[in-house]
Amino acid sequence: MATATAEPQSVPTTQGDGHKHKKNALSDGQARLAWILLAPTLIIIAVVAGIPVVMSIREAFFQTNTGVDPNTGLIAGGEVFVGLQNFTNVFAGQNPVQGNFGTMDRFWNAFLNTTFITIVCVILETILGVAMALIMAKAFRGRGIVRAGILVPWAIPTIVSALMWKLIFDSSGVMNRILGREVLWLADSGASFWAIVIADTWKTAAFIGLLTLAGLQTIPAEVYEAAKVDGATTWQQFVRITLPMVKPTLVVAVLFRTLDTLRMFDLPYGMIGPGKYRVETLSIFSYQEATQERYGPAAAYAIVLFIYVLLVAFLFVRILGADVIGDADVPKKKKKKKKGDEDEAGPPATALEMAGGAH
Amino acid sequence: MSTTTADVHEEHLSQEEVERLAHPKRPLKQRIGVIASYVGMAAIVLYCIIPFYWMVVSSLRIPTEGRSTEFIPSPASLENFQAVFSAQNNFGRSLVNSLIVAGTTTILTLLFGIIGAYALARLRFRGKGAVLWLIMACSMFPLVVLLPPLLKMFSSTEPFTWFPYWINTYQSVIIPGLSFGLPLAVWNLTAFFKQLPVELEQAAMVDGCTPGVAFRKVILPLAAPGVFTTAIIVFIGAWNEFLLALTFLQDASMQTATVAISKFTGTTGFDTPYGTIMAAGVLVTVPLLVAVLIFQRRIVAGLTAGGVK
Repeated sequence: MATATAEPQSVPTTQGDGHKHKKNALSDGQARLAWILLAPTLIIIAVVAGIPVVMSIREAFFQTNTGVDPNTGLIAGGEVFVGLQNFTNVFAGQNPVQGNFGTMDRFWNAFLNTTFITIVCVILETILGVAMALIMAKAFRGRGIVRAGILVPWAIPTIVSALMWKLIFDSSGVMNRILGREVLWLADSGASFWAIVIADTWKTAAFIGLLTLAGLQTIPAEVYEAAKVDGATTWQQFVRITLPMVKPTLVVAVLFRTLDTLRMFDLPYGMIGPGKYRVETLSIFSYQEATQERYGPAAAYAIVLFIYVLLVAFLFVRILGADVIGDADVPKKKKKKKKGDEDEAGPPATALEMAGGAH
Repeated sequence: MSTTTADVHEEHLSQEEVERLAHPKRPLKQRIGVIASYVGMAAIVLYCIIPFYWMVVSSLRIPTEGRSTEFIPSPASLENFQAVFSAQNNFGRSLVNSLIVAGTTTILTLLFGIIGAYALARLRFRGKGAVLWLIMACSMFPLVVLLPPLLKMFSSTEPFTWFPYWINTYQSVIIPGLSFGLPLAVWNLTAFFKQLPVELEQAAMVDGCTPGVAFRKVILPLAAPGVFTTAIIVFIGAWNEFLLALTFLQDASMQTATVAISKFTGTTGFDTPYGTIMAAGVLVTVPLLVAVLIFQRRIVAGLTAGGVK
């Protein structure tokens, strides 16, 4: 224990710089070893993610050939290069559907659904999550029970939670009984949108709370004591101390929630069903096109979603990047400070747990 | 930390006495704060538990009462749980399939993730930042991007006629599943390895170990809680995976549990068999909840102690 607490002061200066330049068994010839050790991981990522993504991009410029072969008179099969047609078709309005935002092309309907579900869900989840974290941070006892309870929604498979909420939102279900009204949540109506939002918020708000709590606990009590001495109100403490200091953790959590909600599939698929335009996300649309062997458009929509996700991630990371620098002086208990690029591996670790779990 | 101190006090003093001793000047305000925090915590737990409670309650009704809105099932019955395992649902088989898929994904992921993460946590080399970004980006991208080319490939249609027919095989889900499992594992394990002081290996090497032996004999045992935690997280992710399994496992005998549940049909075919679905949901979730409680303890141990004592 004693060594562990003493280390953070001594380690960064002596070890971080010292070993970089001197001859050392630990650091000499490391690059080769490192690449050997990383090779399996990198090869697998290239094979299971890299190559399919490239293939998907290629696919987006082709269409399944449904024409008749002039020589044989049979259906030609195979695929034909169509250039940007899969992308430009979304502007042609060939496939208009009636959604939450009026009648428009099915792609744009899915795009807007994805965007608005994400915005509404992430805002609600963040507010609820932060509130939960604040309550838990104030607690004296029973934090373990709350933490266990919070992990319940997280551990339930999304598809199971979708079916669970389907029962709750049934037209003669318990939600309508509590409300005393007959809302048709599952009938591809405007209420379906909110049913999705409620179910998704339930599943993930608590986990944002858990991550935020971890961030809150790194704030030293002295800061609050100093603020109290200076006469700061509770609200001022929250806005001026808690929020800025918990921001690095929170931003990462929100980023991963946002990316996860953008690719939402299981929940609307299981709860409302496929082909319901009020809640159809880009993932569902692309999946449906792919299973109906329209690989070209499916790939095109998936690529649009991919670019969308990258864009959002990029915007977040610009904010996040600034935070990593701003975070450099925040005292963290028992955590070695790293330099340069290694810094990135710190906070996102916990957020990634959620990202993977919520797939 | 605060929990332990409170527990120690509790052996001698009641909660109120602790509060009074801790804050003798403002007992009333303090007490209100304590009550408010308990109310808040109860609200959080209820918020998280109630929908799950509804699932459990609905699974315990008699099958004909599937949509009942009574808060306590009357009469209670385990019939739904029997119905889950009726022959037409193929649920037992799907649980085995889930276990195979999730288990294999976890093992492969850990196997490659551990050595990769060790390199990222310990070794110095150019391009580490790029590798970290690559792995991070890999965990971000939407899984649906993989579907069009893989579906074409695995069903060996036109340009991929050379490719073996992989629809309804475990590998068709396990291999694409690595694309989210592996980045997750590498990221988590890197964080865990970094928490262990490098002096541990240095000491081992001074004692004559090669770096490989030092890793195996010193680092790996100490990182066991981290490896275990990572294993559970990856396993839960793979167990809950739906999109890949739905796309590539179409045959009833190959389906994983999540897909099987989504395809449950009643005897009539029109009425959704909610009781059976909820019972299956409980069966799929309870093992995970048990694992999560263990994982809870492990991650706390991993983060606070980390074997650095």
